[in-house]
Amino acid sequence: MQEKPSIDIDRSKGDFHYETDYAYDAGLGLSEKTVNYIADVKEEDDWIRDFRLKALRIFQEKPLPTHWASEDLLSINFDKIRYYLSKGQQPSRTWEEVPDDIKKTFERLGIPEQERKFLAGVEAQFDSEAAYSRMKDNLAKDGVIFVGSTEGLMKHPEIFRKFFGKVIPTGDNKFSALNSAVFSGGSFIYIPPGVKVKQPLQAYFRINAENFGQFERTLIIADEGAEVTYMEGCTAPKFETTTLHSAVVELVALKGAKIQYITVQNWSNNVFNLVTKRGLAEEEAEIRWIDCNIGSRLTMKYPGVILKGRKARGEVLSIALAGDGQHQDTGAKMIHAADETSSNIIAKSISLGTGRSSYRGLVHIPKHLKNCKNNTECDALLINSNSRTDTYPAIDVRGERNSVQHEASVSKVSAEQIFYMQQRGLSEAEAMSLSVNGFINDLVREFPMEYSVELKRLIELEMEGSVG
Amino acid sequence: MNALNIQDLNVNIEGKPILKNFSLTVPKGEVHALMGPNGTGKSTLAKALAGHEAYEITGGKALLDGADLVGLEPDEIARAGLFMAFQYPSEIPGVSIANFIRAAIQARLPEGENLQATAYYKELYDKMDALAIDRKFTSRAVNEGFSGGEKKRCEILQMMMLKPAYAILDETDSGLDIDALKIVSQGVNAMRGPDMGTLIITHYQRLLNYIQPDKVHVMWDGRIVRSGGKELALELEEKGYDWVKEELAAATA
Repeated sequence: MQEKPSIDIDRSKGDFHYETDYAYDAGLGLSEKTVNYIADVKEEDDWIRDFRLKALRIFQEKPLPTHWASEDLLSINFDKIRYYLSKGQQPSRTWEEVPDDIKKTFERLGIPEQERKFLAGVEAQFDSEAAYSRMKDNLAKDGVIFVGSTEGLMKHPEIFRKFFGKVIPTGDNKFSALNSAVFSGGSFIYIPPGVKVKQPLQAYFRINAENFGQFERTLIIADEGAEVTYMEGCTAPKFETTTLHSAVVELVALKGAKIQYITVQNWSNNVFNLVTKRGLAEEEAEIRWIDCNIGSRLTMKYPGVILKGRKARGEVLSIALAGDGQHQDTGAKMIHAADETSSNIIAKSISLGTGRSSYRGLVHIPKHLKNCKNNTECDALLINSNSRTDTYPAIDVRGERNSVQHEASVSKVSAEQIFYMQQRGLSEAEAMSLSVNGFINDLVREFPMEYSVELKRLIELEMEGSVG
Repeated sequence: MNALNIQDLNVNIEGKPILKNFSLTVPKGEVHALMGPNGTGKSTLAKALAGHEAYEITGGKALLDGADLVGLEPDEIARAGLFMAFQYPSEIPGVSIANFIRAAIQARLPEGENLQATAYYKELYDKMDALAIDRKFTSRAVNEGFSGGEKKRCEILQMMMLKPAYAILDETDSGLDIDALKIVSQGVNAMRGPDMGTLIITHYQRLLNYIQPDKVHVMWDGRIVRSGGKELALELEEKGYDWVKEELAAATA
């Protein structure tokens, strides 16, 4: 196969930009002044302002993790980023009330249409703040809370404060500290005991501005026996300069609760996507992360589950597609902290052109536990001979009463396979795209139908121009 | 002319000539057998006609109903109407037989036109039944974990679904037990008719017990050295390929 890289990947759906005026702009660079500006604009209580300032100090003290992570992190210029931008809008409850320029963006991305079709609630964030937030009335009657993080802080401090920053401490890593200092937007969700939300709740994160950092903070709490599926989508236009997206997502599944968190990320190639995601599963609770990473310049994301209660279950299903010049550094963490806990990790990556995908896995089962299980499978598919994949598994399983399975594979789409498919009438690009879809097929089935269709379409777009 | 018409075809692999002024015409509606010892270029012919990039065509023509296939992409050749049943079919992990054939049919439809799913599955099931392929196979990944016989039946199934104008069966009989051989032959015979020309590449005569060829050609050192009726295959079976070799040596001496 010819080693022609995929130039100018068509990720056209999200690659557009309408001019927008911002009423609030924290300016370039990050200092205490920036943090205070954000806290002032949001009219936050002192405890949260202090939380931010402390996080800023931790961020400033911590070095970039280039001793294990990509040196490309060094090219982020933190002084050339704007940390807060908003029009000063309150999240509207109807699309009519959303400012025109923002509404136009979300309509073009198809968000209102999706809401009508299959969602129980939607929050749409534009740069730093939500522009729209609404869920179905019956959920409100059941006591479900689905609001932005700022609103959650203001209106539900008793629940928010109890769990906020408890699953992912500020100092977990440099980027969780950064998020804790300047966070804005993201979702706050609370599902009362026994309430099972049948349709998914969705958040859509849109970066519109250049030289901008989006730092949403999401906290989802499923009380005892509650169930919820949350989906997030994200896009940004393609700019010459780098854009930073650094979210923190914390999930808490109390006894017997189930949380499923689905991400379909489709960032443009200029975005550094450095995200910390972790869930805490109490007794017999279940947390599943279904994560699909397409686009971005560098993604570093390792969703994790702390299996804190007996019989808790954790799962990470992950698909990563590293296009030409991109690095998808993804994986999973499973921290077993109780007996009879089980975890499952299935990670599949595809590297195209000079794209690089890395899998980093951490499985921890201490010696004193019994009857814990982990299964890890990671499979990499290389499309071109200059594509790259690496696997860095860290499995720390002690004690004789626990079991762990690890399988890894690397495969390449062979020229003979493509010839075979072409002989049946498929073009080279169709053959490649079908092969890639075949490779991830068993994982795509785990996505809700609407998303799996979108996912297949995105992969087809990515594959265009990668062969030939 | 409605035929697969190969004229003076020269094919190199890694610079080495394999086909040397090879000529052959298979008219639509006929079944021809191409026989010969290993290494004479039979499979090279199949792969070169199908447009495989490792097979360099240095001269000659391959006309499909008058249109030259030389220089076209493999998928263009396929859509022009040439099907090849592979000697060693590739596995396609994660892609089911039903989806694969469906994609192949879809690729032949005009832009904007979609395949009718119900009619498609009905036809697929009918043909699977005819080839004694269990319906479970519709959802199995193409050729993954298949036995040799299952792979060959899957090739014939694809041929029956795609209905090519011309088909080349490259050593389809190799690795088949007698039952599978019969089933595969029934499939080929069922497609026999005025709308398709077939070239069966085989090393052995036994397939021709089940598929009666209109003509038999013997290949040697990159070209056809003898052509005749089906009795030629029997003669070969009896005398072996050395007979052709000796005759050829005598003729050129």
